[in-house]
Amino acid sequence: MEGIAGRKPALIWAVHLSVVLLVVLWTLPTFGLLVSSFRDKDQLSVSGWWTSLTSTERNLVVRAPAPDDKGAQRQEGAFHVITGNVFDGGGAGAVSAFGVSSQDPSAFAVGETAVLKDGERVSVTETGDFRIEADQPMTGKRGQRLFVTVLEPPLFTLDNYRTVLLSEGIGRSFINTLTVTIPATIIPILIAAFAGYALAWMRFPGRTFLVAMVVGLIVVPLQMSLIPLLRLYTDIGIGKSYVGIWLAHTGFGLPLAIYLLRNYIKGLPKEIIESARVDGASDFEIFVKIVLPLSFPALASFAIFQFLWVWNDLLVATVFLGNNEEQLVMTGRLRELLGSRGGNWEILTASAFVSIAVPLAVFFALQRYLVRGLLAGSVK
Amino acid sequence: MEQLLVALGSMALGVGACALYFWGSNRLLDLVFPARSAHAAANIRRANLIRPWLFLGPAVIILTVYLVYPVLNSIWLSLHGRTGEEFVGLDNYVWLFGDDGFRESIRNNLLWLVVVPAASTFFGLIAAALTDRIAWGNIAKSLIFMPMAISFIGASVIWKFIYDVRAADVEQIGLLNAIVVALGGAPQAWIALPFWNNFFLMVILIWIQTGFAMVILSAALRGIPEETVEAAVLDGANPLQIFLKIKVPQIWGTIAVVWTTITILVLKVFDIVLAMTNGQWGTQVLANFMFDWMFRGLDFGRAATIALVIMALVVPIMIWNIREAQKDA
Repeated sequence: MEGIAGRKPALIWAVHLSVVLLVVLWTLPTFGLLVSSFRDKDQLSVSGWWTSLTSTERNLVVRAPAPDDKGAQRQEGAFHVITGNVFDGGGAGAVSAFGVSSQDPSAFAVGETAVLKDGERVSVTETGDFRIEADQPMTGKRGQRLFVTVLEPPLFTLDNYRTVLLSEGIGRSFINTLTVTIPATIIPILIAAFAGYALAWMRFPGRTFLVAMVVGLIVVPLQMSLIPLLRLYTDIGIGKSYVGIWLAHTGFGLPLAIYLLRNYIKGLPKEIIESARVDGASDFEIFVKIVLPLSFPALASFAIFQFLWVWNDLLVATVFLGNNEEQLVMTGRLRELLGSRGGNWEILTASAFVSIAVPLAVFFALQRYLVRGLLAGSVK
Repeated sequence: MEQLLVALGSMALGVGACALYFWGSNRLLDLVFPARSAHAAANIRRANLIRPWLFLGPAVIILTVYLVYPVLNSIWLSLHGRTGEEFVGLDNYVWLFGDDGFRESIRNNLLWLVVVPAASTFFGLIAAALTDRIAWGNIAKSLIFMPMAISFIGASVIWKFIYDVRAADVEQIGLLNAIVVALGGAPQAWIALPFWNNFFLMVILIWIQTGFAMVILSAALRGIPEETVEAAVLDGANPLQIFLKIKVPQIWGTIAVVWTTITILVLKVFDIVLAMTNGQWGTQVLANFMFDWMFRGLDFGRAATIALVIMALVVPIMIWNIREAQKDA
């Protein structure tokens, strides 16, 4: 393949650049999500994730201690003063401007003094220390409001993950998803492997018809099955249960599984199976002791396929599982959060990342098998 | 901890029951027709008649209950009212073809069907052709392929964040609007922009499916016989000519397979529309329309009718697949 474009350096550069562009386009969205999920939630809501390494300008509103509070006010020479720091309630950074009314929150630069209507003088330093000064003792049940413009250093935190795992129910949903996914991956493989072997190596009437049926069923849209199965489940009392969804995923994954495994098993060397038969091994023994170990690559391919599909499924889980704590899976939870926490990006990004972390890990670890499965499944 | 144990227990139970069936039933067959006895030959013959059905039994039963029966039952349901009790003849179909929501869904689905498979295959082909030529191509492939592992709903969150919109006077935190504002434009609520919002949703599926197309097409490109390419090089063809006139014509079959695979997926697209707009602002598609009538409309007759329309669109591909498979056999 080299040599075609290899002669012209300009062309090679064009190829490298286009691939870089493609890769950036395809990874940037996920990368943005990842970065955002680690950002401080207040910074996340006011600045784009691409600025996360630079300082963020934020407007804070703080209230000074009320003059009537005990110990809030003290006398310094001729003046009565209230002091404090705008970051007493949390946060950090450099103050660049402040104000005393919401109309003009950055009216004064640090170091300047704002004079209020009643003669009180307010000043704020860059480090956030403020000082309210008056000639007479100050009164009032509520403290003076201060508006400050703060340049915050970038803040990265694990708080978002702590929140979603512990209080937004993602942790529980994670276990629910596992409970759905593992059996829904293993059961169809078992059933399909046996069926695939029968369709490949056993002789019985109706085999051709069954193979054609399996191929046809691969493309049946699962939307078709939802209502009839929902009614059936209600009638026979399975209702919304894990068994119900395991079987549903088994049913929907089975045609492709049988098709893939049959093709693979059919391609195994005929001599091995024939000689085992001559030695008096039954089909069950041949299958368990010879075919199953030899089919490992195909089994792994399909397993990854089915795992990703079940883990990522929303529709089947919405229909066949309930909406309660014990049954809500991660995709369902994510959808719910999109509705209820639509603007809380710290919650959404962290939740989304928790839900895609496992498939991504599986993907990068076992990509080889996934590619092999895809090739077997679609190239004829 | 307790929930984890319950989960583990039920998983073991489910998988165990399945394994037990295969082991037990075959064991039972060997006990009923022992291969080492007075009637060994007859027993083996009888066991061989039954055993295929022990192997196939669960598969056939599950396929029948989960896929064949629902097709027949849906046809029956589509002729009945909202709870499936009273017979209404073709009323559901009459309603469907006069319904605005259905027309909108069909229009959007057709748009999706044209744009998504075409764009995914196009980008996949370009990515495959380019990455095959460079040393770090496999890493690039892996990264372009990655969205394939992300759920539709996860991808929706990712892209909703990109399309996020803020008031014009504050800083945009959505990437797209930030770019638009940086270029001097006004921020837009992309997913509420009639007609064009459909394309913003399609981008998500194209983003996911390009990797799939790339992987398959890359394998096909590598399978092209060297000689054809070498002959073209000797004849003085430039790289673009080689790609368009020598390579692409040789992988038409694979392109068709990729195209149809994505087409089938597009017909079932649901999660993205549900999560991004829930069919508002003119983005309804068939699968979400059906979901609406099933869960919000609570009308099983109408929902089943919509499902049948999706099914009808798939049937040609189904027949073609069966024909192809039989040619191979």
